[in-house]
Amino acid sequence: MVVKDIIDILQGEVICEGDLNQEIKTACGSDMMSDVLAFVKDQSVLLTGLVNPQVVRTAEMMDMACIVFVRGKIPDDSIISLAQTRGITLIKTRYRMFTACGKLYEGGLSGGTAV
Amino acid sequence: MSNIHLHYEVSGEDFTRAGEASGSVKKRLKALGYNTDAIRRVAIAMYEAEINMVIHAEGGFVDVDIFPDHVEVLLSDKGPGIPDVEKAMQEGFSTAPDNVRNLGFGAGMGLPNIKKYTDDMRIETEIGKGTDLYLTVKVKEA
Repeated sequence: MVVKDIIDILQGEVICEGDLNQEIKTACGSDMMSDVLAFVKDQSVLLTGLVNPQVVRTAEMMDMACIVFVRGKIPDDSIISLAQTRGITLIKTRYRMFTACGKLYEGGLSGGTAV
Repeated sequence: MSNIHLHYEVSGEDFTRAGEASGSVKKRLKALGYNTDAIRRVAIAMYEAEINMVIHAEGGFVDVDIFPDHVEVLLSDKGPGIPDVEKAMQEGFSTAPDNVRNLGFGAGMGLPNIKKYTDDMRIETEIGKGTDLYLTVKVKEA
């Protein structure tokens, strides 16, 4: 799956465009950034309902290519400009966290861990 | 190759800027050609520690020494100190205020995460004086 597929599956809207052809192998859905930081997998997408610059910084530390804001949440300009300088794609979807995760799982993405 | 020394001041006033030093070190290590795994471990451990500094200690400073085979990081603050280090190391134990939780931190995973991603971690802390956190990440061949 590539970033473009995530946009399609989640009927998402791109707020900040990075590399839309970047391959995504795993996903992580959380509003707790420390829980995200406890999980290291290559080429991941982060789904979150949290809207602040630390979401982008967390993705930056984890080398994540893409962040999905669920339930229609819109990041402010400071978040968007931070993502721009890091080349991270930001997407918003109207789906809630559970549904957004379910749709991506159904589409073939896994959590990347056994449990 | 001699080691490269980096120094950062971490402001305790602006939570949104927490992570700037970690991001900058990550960029530097990338430019120096270190392997992705080592860079990520340094970045995550340092980022968690930077967040801790801002949440608990009103900021401080970070010294980073980059060697060919390992990276050393010292995060030093003049905050309240950690009363019970053993407890602070437990996953899920947190003394962070609610406003920090609303920002996505304070889940009691900071120090456990730092330990997980580093090869060596040492805490020197004194109540009322501050905390020095020493981290070492070895650079293994990819």
